[in-house]
Amino acid sequence: MKALLTRDLMLAIRAGGGFGLGLSFFLIVTVLVPFGVGPQTELLSRIAPGVLWIGALLACLLSLDRIFALDWEDGSLDLLATAPLPMEGIVSVKALAHWITTGLPLVLAAPVLGVLLSLPIPAYQWVVISLAVGTPALSVIGTFGAALTVGIKRGGLLMSLLVLPLYVPTLIFGAEVARRGAEGLTVQAPLLLLAGISFGVIALLPFASAAVLRINLR
Amino acid sequence: MPELGKYAFAVLSSYGVTIVLLSVIVLVSFRRARKVRANLEEIENRARD
Amino acid sequence: MSLWEYANPVKFIRTTDKVLPWVWALTGICLVTGLVWGFFFTPDDFRQGSTVKIIYIHVPSALMAINAWLMMLVASLIWIVRRHHVSALAARAAAPVGAVMTLIALATGAFWGQPMWGTWWAWDPRLTSFLILFLFYLGYMALWEAIENDDTAADLTSILCLVGSVFAILSRYAVNFWNQGLHQGATLSLDKEENISDVFWFPLLFCIAGFVLLFVALVFLRTQTEIRARRTRALLAREGQA
Repeated sequence: MKALLTRDLMLAIRAGGGFGLGLSFFLIVTVLVPFGVGPQTELLSRIAPGVLWIGALLACLLSLDRIFALDWEDGSLDLLATAPLPMEGIVSVKALAHWITTGLPLVLAAPVLGVLLSLPIPAYQWVVISLAVGTPALSVIGTFGAALTVGIKRGGLLMSLLVLPLYVPTLIFGAEVARRGAEGLTVQAPLLLLAGISFGVIALLPFASAAVLRINLR
Repeated sequence: MPELGKYAFAVLSSYGVTIVLLSVIVLVSFRRARKVRANLEEIENRARD
Repeated sequence: MSLWEYANPVKFIRTTDKVLPWVWALTGICLVTGLVWGFFFTPDDFRQGSTVKIIYIHVPSALMAINAWLMMLVASLIWIVRRHHVSALAARAAAPVGAVMTLIALATGAFWGQPMWGTWWAWDPRLTSFLILFLFYLGYMALWEAIENDDTAADLTSILCLVGSVFAILSRYAVNFWNQGLHQGATLSLDKEENISDVFWFPLLFCIAGFVLLFVALVFLRTQTEIRARRTRALLAREGQA
């Protein structure tokens, strides 16, 4: 398992796309929003938590098809399937690698981009915390979507259609934590629910992803 | 025609939209059923010959 | 004689062929009775005026939008556990019907909301959940279309349906949490059956029965079509090999 994780990480770093693309996309979305809604500081600071969350979610979505596509094309996915590692382990490691290469940089970049949107000071910690708790769920759910569409040529658009509705609860609770944090309200309830979703998804969804991947490799 | 008052537009367009959408799904289902059925019969006859 | 006999495609087609005319006839009777009664012969509500007539399509279609997904969930489970092809195809056949029901519920809701709430759309929990349900239907249908191998498609869509159901329920609660209160209660209280009076209730009952029957008839018909389409593909494949 460790070997697979390091391999995936090395591939992402060498190929260059892993860290860079997701982050650049996040930056672009954050830069475009003020162009779209106007430069008023008070408006921007009110929508900043939500914009950061949506930007992170889209950046995450964009990098999903890389999880399995390359391994599928060169056949290493078939090799992995015959390896002694259970399929559930493979998809979990894949999701973890995706989170380390995409989710974690997004969490770290969010406060920097928050400056561009004049995010209120008390909101910084909550944006970071909510993203840190929520992005693992995004990665795991995304791995399920990627596993569903792995055999389909040009499945990117289809995958977005399948994955986005599944992202709804995570987005709602995550953005709610950030928003309440920004307004100085208590964040306990949404934060607990967000953590609940993350843990539940991490515990259960790999089974579904593994089942789906097995079907696709038949 | 019953007296619908000032809400006539809302009520009539609701019924209109519903009837249109339901007819569309019914018609599409029937048309596809007929086409697939004919196609299958043709192939089955061909297979029998 | 058990229910599972109908899992045989030939038997399914033969039986539904016999039943379908009756179902269609009953559907017609119920829908026409309910809608005509509701549209022409019910009084206006003292608060809502004539918009109350929208209830005769809004409530049944909303009911069916959810029940269609439930039916797909059950059919998917049967496919996963017992591998009956008819079941998987029935789930596929039901999806577009459910999507249309959802669309009707959303559209009539918008027409109702416009005079009552002064807006076509509000991010009210109920409305939002239905929009998400509609997205689930779209994704489910798109996945069926995208995969060429029938069994793979059936497997993948069944799992999507299961996972989707869990997330649909999660979304329902999330949405409630996200925007509780704003429009809560409001005019939608007519949805609760206990405070609707008999004058409105009887035609509504006919309409609900009509929508249920319409759904059954459409699913039977479309499942037959799917079975035949599948057989066509199988025959063509065999011809290609010979």
